[in-house]
Amino acid sequence: MNKQLKDNLITYGIIIAFYAIMQTLSATGSLSSLFKGLLVPVCVYTIMAVSLNLTVGILGELSLGHAGFMCIGAFVSAFFSMCLKNSGMNSIVRFIIAILLGALVSAVFGVLIGIPVLRLRGDYLAIVTLAFGEIIKNIVNVLYIGKDENGMHLSFTDTASLNMSADGEVIVKGPQGITGIPNDSTFTIGIIVLLLTIAIVINFVNSRSGRAVMAIRDNRIAAESVGINISKYKLMAFAISASMAGAAGALYSHNLNNLMAQPKNFGYNMSIMILVYVVLGGIGRIRGSIIAAAILTVLPELLRGFSDYRMLIYSIVLIVMMLFNCAPAALELREKYSLKRLFGKKLKKEEA
Amino acid sequence: MSFWNYLINGLSLGSVYAIIALGYTMVYGIAKMLNFAHGDVIMVGGFVIYTIMNGAGLNPLLAVLISIVACTVLGVVIEKVAYKPLRKATPLAVLITAIGVSYLLQNVALLIFGSDAKLFTSVVNMTPISLADGQIVITGETQITIIACIIIMIALSLFIKKTKAGQAMLAVSEDKDAAELMGINVNGTISLTFAIGSGLAAVAGALLCSAYPTLTPYTGSMPGIKAFVAAVFGGIGSIPGAFIGGILLGIIENLSKAYISSQMADAIVFSVLIIVLLVKPTGLLGKKYSEKV
Repeated sequence: MNKQLKDNLITYGIIIAFYAIMQTLSATGSLSSLFKGLLVPVCVYTIMAVSLNLTVGILGELSLGHAGFMCIGAFVSAFFSMCLKNSGMNSIVRFIIAILLGALVSAVFGVLIGIPVLRLRGDYLAIVTLAFGEIIKNIVNVLYIGKDENGMHLSFTDTASLNMSADGEVIVKGPQGITGIPNDSTFTIGIIVLLLTIAIVINFVNSRSGRAVMAIRDNRIAAESVGINISKYKLMAFAISASMAGAAGALYSHNLNNLMAQPKNFGYNMSIMILVYVVLGGIGRIRGSIIAAAILTVLPELLRGFSDYRMLIYSIVLIVMMLFNCAPAALELREKYSLKRLFGKKLKKEEA
Repeated sequence: MSFWNYLINGLSLGSVYAIIALGYTMVYGIAKMLNFAHGDVIMVGGFVIYTIMNGAGLNPLLAVLISIVACTVLGVVIEKVAYKPLRKATPLAVLITAIGVSYLLQNVALLIFGSDAKLFTSVVNMTPISLADGQIVITGETQITIIACIIIMIALSLFIKKTKAGQAMLAVSEDKDAAELMGINVNGTISLTFAIGSGLAAVAGALLCSAYPTLTPYTGSMPGIKAFVAAVFGGIGSIPGAFIGGILLGIIENLSKAYISSQMADAIVFSVLIIVLLVKPTGLLGKKYSEKV
């Protein structure tokens, strides 16, 4: 068994163990309702973190608009489920199609947005992805779609301008979003989607395409000079990342009754939150993203006891963690007093 | 309201964006970091003025001065505590720390002042000018904002061109190591930049809250992002660029609110940014850098 395979198995193992523990706890009834409510969000944000890690860590481009793709996935899948709500289709089959559809449409948008965006560099790319995320959120907020026997009606102003017949149903209601979404998201499906996401990312990273993407990240000019098609591979990674965010969005929307595009769930603040998970977990480290996302999703809820202070504590923890993890002075200090090294020295002496 | 009124209001909003963007662009030019906490310094400035005027009942001008001093000190302290240790770390680490600082400022304000919106008393006490038989009204806030923006812009340009400290800033933004070899105090220069940027944020806070008189812990975050967009729009790191970018952004935002759709205004602003960056990838007045192999 080579090192890489072992590493990946540990990652899958952690998730399956987490799933098993949660299921046992929930079966024995020792899980509080607050914690139960967190299980699907944990899956959603973990998938978001893993997919953003593909863009930030593997592709090496800073994206501040990842919540926009989640928004697309959430609305497309919820819209699909609403259309087929009364068709008598099996809810699991419908939900799987909804997730796939959300992922597919997000990937299409990933390509469309990626073509112009990936030409830019660094901070310019970051601000343009942020801009795209805000535009998506903004457009969803003025979008009205209704359905009656004549087919779909679309408007960007209000419900009245849809010109619907009397028995038609308005599905997307602008700022009110979509209401009455079937609650299809379960912890089990969430974990399955998460495992699939991780499998896709790990396989992509270790494939020929993945190595090409990493070569571009490390040195664009050198990669180009050995004949790697830069635009193609960059777009590929970006689209895969977007599609997984779309799948996470589908999980997210089917966990809610009312889906609305607000600054706090699909705005740049959410994109930044996901970026925080990725950076704290370690850029380019899939397992790190998973653990960081899971802990940081649960942490604010666990701190509810200190409700007024919880975000304050969160922000201080964030700053201190960054200083401790990234400041050269702190790294030196850690190197000097690290347990590994202290023990390592002893072992070497004994050997000698 | 006529077209001219919308235009003048846009100019006023744009001037506020420009003042914030000037701070953003200076800090970016020197520290090569996106200071996400910059918008929240505006909010802190607003709250300082609010507290002084409502609590101590002092003169508005004095309140603004105290707020500038407070924000300047805050900016320098933030730089020393949170950013300086990370100067040699990856840009992403500094970015996340800046986000942490931004959360910190918001939540401290939330603890002290609560989440309900405060009514801000305007610091400007001037009579509005009426033109064309009262068709066009320019409020005192608008006059002061536009004048302040122009004065700040000219003063900053002169400061950078004519003074030693300004030249030191240019040198540090060009090449930190070479500047250090020339005997420039790099740490001092960076602190000075943060001080000026934060002071400008306090001015912007006073003007923004006077024109839009509600104050919450999140007041600064959207104008902060918009100003960042303005700075990128004009070419980040360039002072005239930030000025032009801010003004254009304010005008575009107000005109699209008036004539296209008030809900779509933000989307239109961001679309314009994207189009500009696609045509000119380094912004309107940005420098072109050729890549070394």
